Amino acid sequence: MAGESRRAPLTDQRVDEIIGNLLRCGVILSALVVAAGGIWYLIQFGGSRPSYQVFRGEPEYLRHIQGIVGGAVGFHCRRLMQLGLILLIATPVARVAFSVAAFALQKDRQYVVITLIVLGVLLLSLTGRLSG
Amino acid sequence: MTILELTVLVGAISVVGGFLGSLTGLGGGVVITPAMVLLLGIDLHYAMGATLISVIATSSGAAAAYVREGISNIRMGMFLEIATTTGAVCGAYAAGKVAPSVLAVVFGVVLLQAAWASTRAHPATRVGEPDDRLALRLNLNGSFPTPEGTRHYKVSHVKTGFGVMFVAGGLSGLLGIGSGAVKVIAMDRAMRVPFKVSTTTSNFMIGVTAAASAGVYLQRGYIDPGLTMPVVLGVLAGSLAGARLLPTAPTKTLRWVFAVVVAVLAAEMIYNGVTGRV
Repeated sequence: MAGESRRAPLTDQRVDEIIGNLLRCGVILSALVVAAGGIWYLIQFGGSRPSYQVFRGEPEYLRHIQGIVGGAVGFHCRRLMQLGLILLIATPVARVAFSVAAFALQKDRQYVVITLIVLGVLLLSLTGRLSG
Repeated sequence: MTILELTVLVGAISVVGGFLGSLTGLGGGVVITPAMVLLLGIDLHYAMGATLISVIATSSGAAAAYVREGISNIRMGMFLEIATTTGAVCGAYAAGKVAPSVLAVVFGVVLLQAAWASTRAHPATRVGEPDDRLALRLNLNGSFPTPEGTRHYKVSHVKTGFGVMFVAGGLSGLLGIGSGAVKVIAMDRAMRVPFKVSTTTSNFMIGVTAAASAGVYLQRGYIDPGLTMPVVLGVLAGSLAGARLLPTAPTKTLRWVFAVVVAVLAAEMIYNGVTGRV
């Protein structure tokens, strides 16, 4: 494979391989971030009492991507874990975004449109335009 | 109970769920949510949020292995994802409006269907189906390598499959599960795709569908990082171990064991929902 990689055509098989690697990297990276936040969390709060019996909902800053990713002020373990989870949610989104580019390179306009629709739904959901 | 103890317990449940889920192909989500609700008394919405995120982890993690075999139908998956993602957003929206007891009953019914489906043989692919015009237009027909050479297949009843996928996405968003069992049914029974192709394509789609629900869940405050952390890490560890043991494991026996576990949890969920305890 290595010798022919320079001018290798973008076949469906090749696209699949790239996507597979992309997904695996995303999962490994997010698992590491979540684990780091988790250790920090257990060291700090391991002895406290949990309260999950009654639903209260997460605080505002843990509900929006902007709040979780941006703003280093008040950076702590719960936000670090949530950041890892956001990375995990982002992997399939990145996969769809990559597919848009792959279909465009293959000049498959029909599937560029189909994939853009899927990407649009995902982005609307994640940016909070659909949560009501 | 302290946070440390709860984390260990939730992590253990998730390891077992992920392990059995990957060995039986049912996915771990179907047992983890009811186990957290019934055994640990965790609120259904928190349990759904944590499990939904773990569904993304297993889907993305397994995809890398599947892709090497080159059998998923990426065009069919992408086209059907229009249906599953819009369904998922609608379902996730509805999850906030429906009473938890109703959710518990629906969850139980879906669990029963998954248990039943897991013990049944998949239908043999029929040959000589007429060409579906939509399948031709969308370039859905495909092929995959087998030991006897490349095998070509046709995709049938695309409209029916698309409709069932919307329902599968809706259930995924409503309950925070992957609903792989429904997705496979749509591709197996309606669209007549070979079983190997439908399982791998369904796995691919599950992550994208769950990401669509996750956006709504996040903004609703269903995703608690402290609770989701042991679920995600546990399910990942369990499903990796399961995938490693898969070639030698007695999958037929395991499938029955898992089906019984799922059926018991389903009955509990329905009972708790009807009596208003969830």
